[in-house]
Amino acid sequence: MAQDVRTAEQSTPATTGNREATPNRPVFVPPTDIYETKDHIVVLAEMPSVGPDGVDITLERRVLTIRGRGAANEHTGYQRIYNEYAGGDYERVFTLSENIDRERIEATLKDGVLHLVLPKAETAKPRRIELRAS
Amino acid sequence: MALSEFPRMGFDPFLELRRMQSEMSRLFSGSGLATTRDFPPINVWLGDNSVVVTAELPGVTRDHVTLNLQDDVLTLEGKREPELRQEGLNWQRRERAYGSFSRVVQLPFRVDPDKVQARFNNGILEIELERLEADRPKKIEIRAA
Repeated sequence: MAQDVRTAEQSTPATTGNREATPNRPVFVPPTDIYETKDHIVVLAEMPSVGPDGVDITLERRVLTIRGRGAANEHTGYQRIYNEYAGGDYERVFTLSENIDRERIEATLKDGVLHLVLPKAETAKPRRIELRAS
Repeated sequence: MALSEFPRMGFDPFLELRRMQSEMSRLFSGSGLATTRDFPPINVWLGDNSVVVTAELPGVTRDHVTLNLQDDVLTLEGKREPELRQEGLNWQRRERAYGSFSRVVQLPFRVDPDKVQARFNNGILEIELERLEADRPKKIEIRAA
């Protein structure tokens, strides 16, 4: 397939923006599904405990960065007696091989899953070229 | 039989080594440790007279989870459904898992089945269970003689 989405997980962004420094919080790589239709690229990333105001998505050229700030893993007045998962933040970087119409990107967060619908730019869509009879 | 002369001194380095060895083999055999395959991962929180069980269940709605309580054993069962079953999709990446899951949680005490509250919050299921009234520790007053 000519159109594919390549990922570059190793390349971490140089700056973490204006977020406060939280050195002790782990950063997880969210498990992600990506599929492509004729007009869209859809990204589904699992980020449990992240609220709608804790999501930060940037698209710079073709580099898509997803960040989610998870809720702290604590319960006031309760003592943790068994622990299998830790609270933390989520971060992942993808390099898209397609031009995206950034005006029409839709992002929703539902049940801890980020849904990102990236419409392909008109210029990136395959265009049929008619042969004119000479 | 003592294997060395050290017990007389109150500290036996060989005994200590054997203890460390068994500790290490226990750790690496994985027994007693939750494996990453256990889904969903859970945390248990103990309060004064209640216990809270939280589970990471991203993408799971309340219609797809069943909770069962039998005395002090909580069973969590459900299914993760793929969100789209649409034709003509070109999958680039499939990392999220789907299918049935089941976890059994042994609670630290018996709980009141009528006072269980469960709610979903951003993909985290939170179940709050209250300790059975008859099961709570009682303070015993000492009468003056």
